[in-house]
Amino acid sequence: MSSSSLTGAEVVVKALIDQGVECIFGYPGGAVLPIYDALFQQNRLRHILVRHEQGAAHAAEGYARASGKVGVLLVTSGPGATNAVTGLTDALLDSVPIVCITGQVPLHLIGTDAFQECDTTGITRACTKHNYLVRRPEVLARTLHEAFSIARSGRPGPVVVDLPKDVQFALAPYVAPDNIRHRTYRPPSTPDARAIVQAAEALLVAKKPIIYAGGGVINSGDEASRCLKSLVDTTNFPITLTLMGLGGVPSSMRQFLGMLGMHGTFEANLAMHHCDVMLCVGARFDDRVTGRLDAFAPNAQKIHIDIDPSSINKIVRADIKICADAGLALKELLRVWQSLAQDKKTAQGKALVRWWQQIDEWRKRNSLAFRADDKKIQPQEAIRRLVQATQHRAVRITTEVGQHQMWAAQHFPFEKPRRWMTSGGLGTMGYGLPAAIGVQLAYPRELVIDIAGEASILMNMQELSTAVQQRLPVKVFILNNQYMGMVRQWQELLHGGRYAESYTASLPDFVKLAEAYGARGLRATKPSELDDVIAQMIEHPGAVLADICVDQHANCFPMIPSGAAHNEMLLGDEQQAEVSDDGKMLV
Amino acid sequence: MSTSSAPISAANRHAIAVVVDNESGVLSKVIGLFSGRGYNIESLTVCSINASDTVSRITIVTSGDDMTVEQIKAQLARLVPVHGVEDLSQQGEHIEKEMALVKIVAKGVERREALRVANIFGAKVSDTTLSSFVFNLSGSSRKLDAFIAMMRSLGEIEIARSGVVALNRGEEVFSRHR
Repeated sequence: MSSSSLTGAEVVVKALIDQGVECIFGYPGGAVLPIYDALFQQNRLRHILVRHEQGAAHAAEGYARASGKVGVLLVTSGPGATNAVTGLTDALLDSVPIVCITGQVPLHLIGTDAFQECDTTGITRACTKHNYLVRRPEVLARTLHEAFSIARSGRPGPVVVDLPKDVQFALAPYVAPDNIRHRTYRPPSTPDARAIVQAAEALLVAKKPIIYAGGGVINSGDEASRCLKSLVDTTNFPITLTLMGLGGVPSSMRQFLGMLGMHGTFEANLAMHHCDVMLCVGARFDDRVTGRLDAFAPNAQKIHIDIDPSSINKIVRADIKICADAGLALKELLRVWQSLAQDKKTAQGKALVRWWQQIDEWRKRNSLAFRADDKKIQPQEAIRRLVQATQHRAVRITTEVGQHQMWAAQHFPFEKPRRWMTSGGLGTMGYGLPAAIGVQLAYPRELVIDIAGEASILMNMQELSTAVQQRLPVKVFILNNQYMGMVRQWQELLHGGRYAESYTASLPDFVKLAEAYGARGLRATKPSELDDVIAQMIEHPGAVLADICVDQHANCFPMIPSGAAHNEMLLGDEQQAEVSDDGKMLV
Repeated sequence: MSTSSAPISAANRHAIAVVVDNESGVLSKVIGLFSGRGYNIESLTVCSINASDTVSRITIVTSGDDMTVEQIKAQLARLVPVHGVEDLSQQGEHIEKEMALVKIVAKGVERREALRVANIFGAKVSDTTLSSFVFNLSGSSRKLDAFIAMMRSLGEIEIARSGVVALNRGEEVFSRHR
């Protein structure tokens, strides 16, 4: 073969370039030095040096979720690989396409407890969509292309390719990515035509329909979002989105009821509870969405569209199952809907008027309302002001995990998909800053903000150094209440207000910390300072940490306590929660 | 391997055939799926089934309510190296066989009785000394259980069982996945 003069390491670089990769996130070490040497001798791939391999994984996730392309990270053997495990698991649970190349000790040392050896494929087996240990240079190029194909096809996910150091040094034949895919892996794609017709007919006779859509719509691509919006426009059905699905339809749509679930809106959860036909698209009936299962949408006929057959009938039994790509299924559903009889639609329109009257009653409850204060900054107010200051800009939001994340989901409106990157399934504190770095690389000219908490941000704080080195102007907007707020909220609800370890003493001075990293530090302690700090944060051309000192005792409402049903929401501080014993067991 | 303590009733017992790439790690992926998601494994067998040794067939006997078994099959099917999943119990008539090697150490009357019982069950003698036999018996798991129980009452025994292999009856071939 003509290109057999390449080493395995050079094959890796060539394969990445041919896969359209523009930047990779990584951290060098002994077992990946040949690949780093090959990277050094080219200028088409940009390497972003992170400060911890977990950061590389989240940055690759952020890049992937914002751009729709596969994110790539490169880490060394042993601790390099194990540090990436949290990010891989996060990508698995949130269906994010990433390829993680790990170095490995040379083949003859595998199994000898060599320096920086770990059983990477063993450790990552349960937290990847698929993984490989490449034992022969002849299969290296093909394996890499296959890894990309698997990561992006079907339900996307993380793929690990473990490369022993001697395979990186060996001469390896190169094959181009053309049409390389796994020999047998064929995920579902097109919907079953009969099931689509059944779904359309069920929806046509619904008197209280609802559409419940999730991250599968985002992952499917922009066409899926367009089809979903058209379906909502055409049918006038109410729609709610999951945490992962925000931006799936414009939040300004009249039919959008807000997010559903544990911290969802009153109207979204009650509409779910009382609906008679539910169309679930690209969502998986997560426990954070359903609440108590035996009281979940008790009278609804359920239609479930999902690309992953194992998501259907896993938690909630579906009456109509459509195993397909969300976009293709929605397009078909829309087409069939348009061919349905107009007289039936007119009849349904009358039922929908009553359903909308009911929903509008629930909406009047204004469940996201909060009392603004002129002495203490309310966290929701801080986010509202951030929304106002950024509404005419192209903005993408990442978050950490906790109360600030839920407030951001509730109060930050998204008009388009891929503007909102948050750790939903795994709930990984420390996700937001490295993810923001990945997003900023994908969209260098846009405003990228990590809405953070002071506890979460400290988990991957070191990545501020990455942002400064790469001149990435990411903004970290810390809602600082000195508590792990969501932990404290649960301690109030379930543990008699005994705040075991949820208060952080000895927090760093975030302004000085920012300056120590060479970034800009800002602070607001009073509501009157908010707008100015936000304006400075946006205008500063580099990375910023904005320390927004908020009311320490604000809690996140509405809330469905664990083990409760959608119609058992807590709407605010004034209500005393009663959590069942079963509920206390849940997390 | 996790095994349920409760006996498996015929109604919720499923023999599932899984055809996979014969690569390192695939078996542990399948087993890890069962332990990670808390499914039962009553029996699991695996061997390559094609001439080039590139494809293996795993036979798993498991149990659960309908939704759990459906979920087990869906979870297996979405593993990248899995070519196909077939629920033999659901598809109707199928054959299940298991093989056991049973060593019994006994003398005198017990030794003669062991040989008589082995003849009744159709077990073959694979090894013998003046004070022991190794019997080789194949058949249904229940037949093996009965044979082993009788041997146990006749002397000290050591057993090795293969676990269940299964195939559907009739002319239909699971060929798409071979």
